[in-house]
Amino acid sequence: MTFFKDTWIVFSRAMRLSLQNPLWVIIGISQPILYLALFGPLLQAIAGAPGFPPGDAWQIFVPGLLVQLGVFGGFFVGFGIIAEWRAGVIERMLVSPASRTALIAGRVLRDVIVLIVQAIILVVCAMFFGLSVPFIAIVLGLIIIAMLGASASFFSYAMALAVKSEDAFAPIVNSIALPILLLSGILLPMSLAPVWLQTLSDINPFKHVVTAIRAVFRNEIVTGEVGLGVGIAIALVLIAAFVGTRSFANQTK
Amino acid sequence: MPAIADGPIIEARGLKRTFKIRKGTVEAVKGIDLTVQPGEIVGFLGPNGAGKTTTLRMLCTLLAPTDGTATVVGCDLRDDPVGVRRRIGYVAQSGTTTGEAVAGQEIVSQAQLYGIDRKTATERGKALLKSLDLDGIWDRKCGSLSGGQRRRLDIVMGLVHEPKLVFLDEPTTGLDPQARANLWHHIRDLRDRLGTTIFLTTHYMDEADSLSDRILIVDGGKVVAQGTPQELKQRVSGDAITLTLRGRKDTAQASEIIGGFEGADTPNVDGNVVRAHLPDGSTALPQLLRALDKAGVDAIGLEVARPTLDDVFLTLTGRSLRD
Ligand SMILES: Nc1ncnc2c1ncn2[C@@H]1O[C@H](COP(=O)(O)OP(=O)(O)OP(=O)(O)O)[C@@H](O)[C@H]1O
Ligand SMILES: [Mg+2]
Repeated sequence: MTFFKDTWIVFSRAMRLSLQNPLWVIIGISQPILYLALFGPLLQAIAGAPGFPPGDAWQIFVPGLLVQLGVFGGFFVGFGIIAEWRAGVIERMLVSPASRTALIAGRVLRDVIVLIVQAIILVVCAMFFGLSVPFIAIVLGLIIIAMLGASASFFSYAMALAVKSEDAFAPIVNSIALPILLLSGILLPMSLAPVWLQTLSDINPFKHVVTAIRAVFRNEIVTGEVGLGVGIAIALVLIAAFVGTRSFANQTK
Repeated sequence: MPAIADGPIIEARGLKRTFKIRKGTVEAVKGIDLTVQPGEIVGFLGPNGAGKTTTLRMLCTLLAPTDGTATVVGCDLRDDPVGVRRRIGYVAQSGTTTGEAVAGQEIVSQAQLYGIDRKTATERGKALLKSLDLDGIWDRKCGSLSGGQRRRLDIVMGLVHEPKLVFLDEPTTGLDPQARANLWHHIRDLRDRLGTTIFLTTHYMDEADSLSDRILIVDGGKVVAQGTPQELKQRVSGDAITLTLRGRKDTAQASEIIGGFEGADTPNVDGNVVRAHLPDGSTALPQLLRALDKAGVDAIGLEVARPTLDDVFLTLTGRSLRD
């Protein structure tokens, strides 16, 4: 299938460019590690307080950090494609017979691989701090994070190509990513929030993904929470992939 | 396979493109008809904003026409854009490479998008680089190349899949005279060796003149004239005669003499200089000199200039291409 071949070509090129300049990968991973080291201990002290979901502090906190990594990392990839568009790379690829979906999917695949590596580093570090989760839970957690990251990347590329200007893109990303993260209860669980805030966060699909990963980390895998979270993650990927592909195809309108 | 054996390689009818901008619309291309035969080198000549890039981007499937139809290498622009893409090459006006990427790797990955394997892509890429005096840049980052080298790399990337038809949007901007001459040579060679059809845009009269078999002059989103460089030059009313006199007193008489030649236009007097056009300047020259001498007109200079495409443009649009 030329779609898979094209995706692979676009992916290898993008990956090579990322590996050439690993600085931003390192910055991306150092941030959650700072959270682990500087915020984790605080949380540990209050994790037993009433209103906290079951599980120890790390089981609550690490899933939140993973989602933050996926959502923030994913939303920011759009900056890269604006630069590529400006350099004429996007147009050069669009004039080739390559599948439009492959042109974006290859880049998203690169983002997902980078994310997975970052997530593994994060989980391993968290284990040194005291996280204990079964191996299967880690694998499932990473799969959910990969889907989340993929949808954030697809959306980010779509928005970036729609505006084509870093100056316009930066405020858009911030104004979307920040409420999403705050309303997902990544730092503190939403069960601590007043009712109106809980209702707001219930509308946020990302919150359910965080909840699902927390359940997975408690080894409560076959539950409604996990089912809902995984279902939402799959739906997000499908919608985002559609929107992203559309935005690539729209470049030739 | 589409039937492309004999018919034109590009056939466009009434191509139009309107852009929406903040206040209203811009009619970038206002209805262009084109017919290009296989193996032709066609020059698309026009001033800034004439609609050259817009037309090219439509023919390359990068921009949907607002109106009109076109067949490119036997494939319909709207019905079979992928078919068009497979058969053409396009080198954009404003570059195609990102600074961090390594030249050779970019060439190979671009070729792979056309289904060419790595080995063939590497061979072809290296050969192309060599023919454009770029050997040795294979492992270099695009950002480390000079402007002209990077421009030639763009061209290599547009040719690596050996398309039947290549669109080059101002391929020689930023090239030094030697690189420019070399690129012209390469473009002709491409046509002679592989029968590639070449459609290029340019602002340079000399480029269009010496490179193209046929020239289309565009202005304001329309083709205002077309033909071989020779044909177009014949549209200008002959050779330009510039006669310089010692003083101003004889200008009237000189004008009368020049104006009396067959086919001459009304001479234009500017100080002690008289300008006019004659259909065949060089043959008229000896006669003119004799006539001036006999009338006692004291001429200190006489110049005959063959028309250039610049003059053609001026005649057609009333503006100079350099404006
Ligand atoms: N994306 C766009 N949005 C709005 N207007 C556009 C767009 N692209 C081109 N135009 C306008 O269309 C007209 C034709 O532009 P085009 O780029 O085709 O000119 P050109 O002949 O290639 O000029 P140049 O020699 O400067 O490259 C110009 O007036 C330009 O401002
Ligand atoms: Mg242009």
